[in-house]
Amino acid sequence: MIGIPSTFRISLRALRVNKMRSALTMLGIIIGVGAVITMLAVGTGASERISAQMASIGSNLLIVVPGSSTSGGIRMGSGTLSTLTQDDAEAIARECPAVSDVAPMYNGTAQVVYGNQNWSTGIIGTTPGILPVRDWSLASGRVFTDQDVRNATKVCLLGQTVVDNLFGNADPVGQVVRIKKVPFTVIGVLEKKGQTDRGQDQDDTIFVPLTTAQKKLFGAPFAGLVRSITVKAKSADELEAAEGQITELLRQRHRIGPRQDLDFTVRNLTQMMQAREQSTQVMGLLLAAIASVSLLVGGIGIMNIMLVSVTERTREIGIRMSVGAKTWDIRLQFIIEALTLSLIGGVVGIILGISGSKIVTLLAGWATIVSPLSVLLAFGFSGLVGLFFGFYPAYKASMLNPIDALHYE
Amino acid sequence: MVLIETHHLTKIYELGDSTVHALNDVSLTVAHGEFLAIMGPSGSGKSTFMNVIGCLDVPTGGQYLLDGMDIGRRSRDELAELRNKKIGFVFQGFNLLPRTTALENVELPMLYDGCSPRERRERAMDALKAMGLQGREHHHPNQLSGGQQQRVAIARALVNRAPVILADEPTGNLDTRSSVEIMELVVKLNRESRITVILVTHEQDIAAFSRRIVKFRDGRVVSDEPVKQAE
Ligand SMILES: Nc1ncnc2c1ncn2[C@@H]1O[C@H](COP(=O)(O)OP(=O)(O)OP(=O)(O)O)[C@@H](O)[C@H]1O
Ligand SMILES: [Mg+2]
Repeated sequence: MIGIPSTFRISLRALRVNKMRSALTMLGIIIGVGAVITMLAVGTGASERISAQMASIGSNLLIVVPGSSTSGGIRMGSGTLSTLTQDDAEAIARECPAVSDVAPMYNGTAQVVYGNQNWSTGIIGTTPGILPVRDWSLASGRVFTDQDVRNATKVCLLGQTVVDNLFGNADPVGQVVRIKKVPFTVIGVLEKKGQTDRGQDQDDTIFVPLTTAQKKLFGAPFAGLVRSITVKAKSADELEAAEGQITELLRQRHRIGPRQDLDFTVRNLTQMMQAREQSTQVMGLLLAAIASVSLLVGGIGIMNIMLVSVTERTREIGIRMSVGAKTWDIRLQFIIEALTLSLIGGVVGIILGISGSKIVTLLAGWATIVSPLSVLLAFGFSGLVGLFFGFYPAYKASMLNPIDALHYE
Repeated sequence: MVLIETHHLTKIYELGDSTVHALNDVSLTVAHGEFLAIMGPSGSGKSTFMNVIGCLDVPTGGQYLLDGMDIGRRSRDELAELRNKKIGFVFQGFNLLPRTTALENVELPMLYDGCSPRERRERAMDALKAMGLQGREHHHPNQLSGGQQQRVAIARALVNRAPVILADEPTGNLDTRSSVEIMELVVKLNRESRITVILVTHEQDIAAFSRRIVKFRDGRVVSDEPVKQAE
């Protein structure tokens, strides 16, 4: 038997003779591999981003909002919007064993002024529980206390984006800003957190005590009304238990009978995000599967060219056989030729795929991640394509009758 | 000592409803070191006979012994091995690989024999030198004259130390001068290296270089005579 290195040299020479044809044949594989890599990178990037956001929003979260889940928007009136109260939040914290932290919220948008700078941002009235609930901490200063909430003191915590816009590089702690013309003392600055999954800047926010927002900023229709309650379960395993406990508790507190519709909804944020992450992954895989069809087409291109090449080189095959080439000598020669085509195509395709991912990030602004596994997979797959589609032409070549091959015109 | 021995060899081609007896009961014995010329009209089965004894083709019937071994019912790879080790072919059309140097063409049989690259190179260089082709090692076939190409082919036939050279009209594409040069080389190989030569030719002048002439007609051997040595 002839050695692999010699066979490889023979194959390379044959490919060099028809440079243009070899390049065009590789193009199919290049495009296929490039597309698969790019699609996998887009999919991986998207799901990685979602899981990063999931971590930044806070883990094991439930959010209780007013309104009915079953009747959609139809029954939503101003009355049904006002079903959740600060007392509900306190009751949840007190009575649901699966819950670790609770943050009721009353929010709105307002103009904030400091010196000659002004900035419009979301104001969240809440309780100190907001920080543990959202896995958030302070960059400087202190958090407002339950005392502040009871007394409706005019203090606030600023998000990083607000600080950047109003203060630049100066230290805001201890300064006074005006929210809706009401003076608030800045007592702390929140750590930078980044964007939510919907591309919303989480750092563009101000936290104030719940009661302050209700009474001094947004004028709640009645004392103690909240717009939503964010709840953190003790662990991921207890999320569903917490959901059940909250539903039961609020059903009792709101005196809702067993056959009546609920006037609130408990949403599982983590579950929603996980579902989204999963569907993104599925989407990415689907795209990659579609892209791999082009890899298949590339493989058929290789087979086509190899068949042409076998026919063109029938005499060469005859000559080789007449001096003693065996079945596998001939077979290996053509298989390695196909493999060389597909693997070089694979490598160029990987480079193309990586650049393609970068271009997608640049143009569409999507995060893309080229995982080493996808590169390995694409390379291996292109090799398989070469083997698979190279085998038949190689088999055909090896089965030629030496006499017929020698006399082929 | 007998090198090639055929008994009642037949080769039948079926073409639609007509059958062609390309070989019809050919029994022939060739000893080591002989120099045989095969002659006969076109279509008489000369090439068919050469292909069968060269293990390129299998007979329809009869027996063929090469160096004492029965060649009937051998696998493709066994036949390839025999061609590699025992047979050196020289064809009318040279049959060199295009775009491949003379040296690499001569190395080809050793490539399929598992020789080390160094040994391949050395032996191929020696074979080319023996054919008077030093300095032409790196020429491609299309950069060589017909006579030179045929000498490359002979070097390739010899390089694996095959005991027999089968030459099917080796001078058919050459002018008289090159033909004589080739034949003188072949005679020298036969005399000095004791290589058995079986040669197909249409020309009496070429056949005259041999020592025994076998004539074919319609797939049969019709005469088998030694050449009178004209001193
Ligand atoms: N592959 C084939 N299929 C059918 N018939 C064939 C085939 N090869 C050879 N023949 C027939 O076999 C007979 C012998 O052919 P062969 O090539 O051996 O003749 P030859 O003596 O070498 O002739 P030439 O001097 O013209 O080379 C011819 O009648 C030819 O037509
Ligand atoms: Mg012939």
